Amino acid sequence: MSVETREMLINMGPQHPSTHGVLRIILKLDGERIAGSEPEVGYLHRGFEKLAENMLYQQFIPYTDRLDYLASMNNNQSYVVAVERLLGIKAPPRAQAIRVIMSELGRIASHLVWLATHALDIGAMTVFLYCFREREAIIDLFEAAAGNRLNYNYARIGGVAFDLPKGFKENLQKFLDIFPEKLDEYHRLLTKNRIWLSRTKGIGILTKEQAINWGTSGPVLRGSGVEWDIRKAFPYDGYENYDFDVPTNQTGDVYGRYLVRMEEMRQSRRIIQQAIEHLPDGPVILQDSPYVSPSKEKIMTENFSLMKHMVLTIKGMRTPVATLYSATENPKGELGFYIVSDGSGKPYKLKIRAPSFINISAMPTMLKGNYVADVIAVIGSLDFVFGECDR
Amino acid sequence: MSDAVIGALIFLVKFFLLFAIISVFVLYATWYERKVIGHMQQRIGPKRVGWHGLLQPVADMIKAFFKEDSIPRDADKLFFWSAPVIGTVFAMMAALAIPFGPPLVLFGRHITLDVVHLPSGILYMLAMLSLVSFGVIFAGLSTKSKYPIIGAQREVAQVISYELILATALLNPVIMAGSLDLTKIVDAQSHLWFIFYQPVAFVCFLISMFAVSARVPFDLPEAENELVAGFMTEFTGMKFSLFYFAQYVVIFTVSMLAVIFFFGGWLGPSFLPPVAWLFIKWAFFIFLYTWSWGTFPRYRYDQLMNISWLILLPIVIINILWTGFAIQFGLPYLH
Repeated sequence: MSVETREMLINMGPQHPSTHGVLRIILKLDGERIAGSEPEVGYLHRGFEKLAENMLYQQFIPYTDRLDYLASMNNNQSYVVAVERLLGIKAPPRAQAIRVIMSELGRIASHLVWLATHALDIGAMTVFLYCFREREAIIDLFEAAAGNRLNYNYARIGGVAFDLPKGFKENLQKFLDIFPEKLDEYHRLLTKNRIWLSRTKGIGILTKEQAINWGTSGPVLRGSGVEWDIRKAFPYDGYENYDFDVPTNQTGDVYGRYLVRMEEMRQSRRIIQQAIEHLPDGPVILQDSPYVSPSKEKIMTENFSLMKHMVLTIKGMRTPVATLYSATENPKGELGFYIVSDGSGKPYKLKIRAPSFINISAMPTMLKGNYVADVIAVIGSLDFVFGECDR
Repeated sequence: MSDAVIGALIFLVKFFLLFAIISVFVLYATWYERKVIGHMQQRIGPKRVGWHGLLQPVADMIKAFFKEDSIPRDADKLFFWSAPVIGTVFAMMAALAIPFGPPLVLFGRHITLDVVHLPSGILYMLAMLSLVSFGVIFAGLSTKSKYPIIGAQREVAQVISYELILATALLNPVIMAGSLDLTKIVDAQSHLWFIFYQPVAFVCFLISMFAVSARVPFDLPEAENELVAGFMTEFTGMKFSLFYFAQYVVIFTVSMLAVIFFFGGWLGPSFLPPVAWLFIKWAFFIFLYTWSWGTFPRYRYDQLMNISWLILLPIVIINILWTGFAIQFGLPYLH
C-alpha cells in the first residue's frame, strides 16, 4: 500500500456560519494550508440593475436600501447624489447636513456590525454583543427619523423625506458622548490582545500595488496604505466643510484594516459632532424645483402643484440626455452609480459599482498560503455584504 | 455478609454517586455557563423554561433525545457509532479516580472517597484523558466528510501539543509529594499549597487544561466559525450530546486535578467539611472556563503547536530540572 498526499477540494459556503451571507469559496487545501481559492458569487442576485430600467428615478430609492442593507442610509445618499448630479441640482444645506449625519451614523453602524462579526468569527464572542448594543442606539435614532429600523428609504432627490424629529439632536448627542468610551472598550478587548494580534497580524496581506490593481476601495484600500477617500477627493453633500482625517495603515494585513475601520468610527463621530453643531435652518427638500413634488399641503390647495405632482409620479422627471458616473464613500468602499439617461423619467441603464463585489475579487490574492482558519479572518476584514455584491 | 460483597456494594454506591454528581454537573454546567456569559454580555441568558431557566438543560436534553438520528451514507458505521461512546466512557473512567476527600472511617471500615483508589492514580487519569481524544479522532474520520476530517486532524495536532505539557506540568507536584497517589499529593500540601512553590508549572497546566478540554481559546477541533462544528458536524441527537457530555466530564476532571495538584485539594479551615472546600475551589475553575469563553478569541492550530513546543515545553522541562535540583540539595522548599 502506498501513501500519497492529495490536495483537498472543499466548499466553504454558501451555507457556512462565517461566510457572511451566501459567499461560496472553493478552497484547494494542502493540509490546512490554502493552495488556491475561488470565490463564487451570485446566490443573492435579484436583478436590481434591470429593475431600475423599468421604474422612475425616485422609485428606485427603496431598492438602494436593499443593496448594502447594513448601511441603507449611505446607499440612499449615494443614489440621490448621483441623480442630483445628473439633474444638476443640489439639496438645501439643511438636507445636506442631515444626510451627512445619517450617512456617518450609518457608517458607524455598519462598522459596528463588521467588528461584531469579525470578532465573532475569530472567536471573541462578547465583542459581538457589545457592538450590537451600540448599534441598537443608532438604529433607534434612525427609527425616530425615518420610521424604519433597517431599510430607511430616507433620502429623496433634492433633499430628505422628513425633518429631524423632536429630541433627535439630544439623543444623538447622548450617543456621541458615550460612544468614544465604548470604542475604547472594544480597543481594550481586542487591539492589544495577544491572541487577536497573532490571528490578524501578517494575515491576508494585500500590498499597495495589488490593492490598486484589483480596484479595491474603502477601508480595504486604505488598509493597504493608499490615502483615498471619495469624501475628500470628490466631495458631495458638503463634506468639504467638515474637518476629518482619512486613516490609513501601511501593513495591508487584516490587522491594518481593523485599525483603519476602528479609527474611521472615531472620525465619523467627529463629523457628526461638527454637523449637529452647525446644523443650518431651512427646508429639508428643494422648494419649487421641477424635479421635486411639492408639499402635501400645496398639492391639496394649488392646481399647478397637483398637476406637477401627478406628472412626476406618473411620467417622471424630464432628465437631461447624459451619461454620468457618480460615486460616494460607503462604509464598504466606493459605491458608484453609472447612469445612462435618455431624457425620460426612467434610467436607460443603471450600473451599480458595488464595492463588496470588487473587494471580494481581491480575496484569492490574500488567501494564498494562509490557513483555513485565516479564511474567515480575511472574509471578516473585507467586510462585504451580499445584497450589494450580487445586487 | 462477607467482606467482598460489602466491598462491591460500597463500590457500586460510590460509582452511582459519582455518576449522579457528574450528570447533574453536565446538565447544569451548560445552564450555568449560559447564565454567566449572558450576564457578562449584558443579556440574561435562559429564562423561559422553569425558574430563571433552571429547566432549560432538561428541555435541551429532551430535544436532543427526540432528534432524528442521521448517519451519512459513506460513514464507517462501526466507528461512527462507537466514537461518542469511546469519548464518554474514557472521560468517565478518568473521573473514577478523583478523590473527593480524605479517607473516611465508617462502621469500622476504611472508605476512600474515590471510586477506585489507585496508588498511581494520576498516571491512570492521564492515560484515560488522552484516550478521550480518540473519540474525537474516530468521530472526525469515520464520517468521511471534509470538515470533520479537518477537525480530526486538528485534534491530533492538539493532542500532541498539550499532552506532554499536561503530564510534565503535573510532574512537579508529583516530585514534591514523592507520590503518584492523589490523596498523598493533597496531604503533602498541608503545610503550603503547591501553587506557591510551583506557579510556573501551574500556569503551564492551566494552559494545557484549556487545550485538553477543547475550550476557548483552544476550541480548535470544533471551531464553530471555521469548521461549522468540526468533528461533530455530521452527528445529531444523542450522539451529538454525548460529545458534549464527554467534554464536560473532561472539564470536571481536569478542574479537579488543578485543585488537587495546586490548590491543596480538600484542605481548608475546618468550619466547612473537606468536600465543600474541594468543590468551592473547583467551582472557581469552572468559572474560569466561562470567563475565558467570554473574553478570548481563538488561536490557530499551528499557533497552539508553536506555543506548546517552543515556549511551554522548554519552560516545564527547566522547571522540572529546577524542582529536582532543589529537592536533591535540600533547598528550603519542602518542610
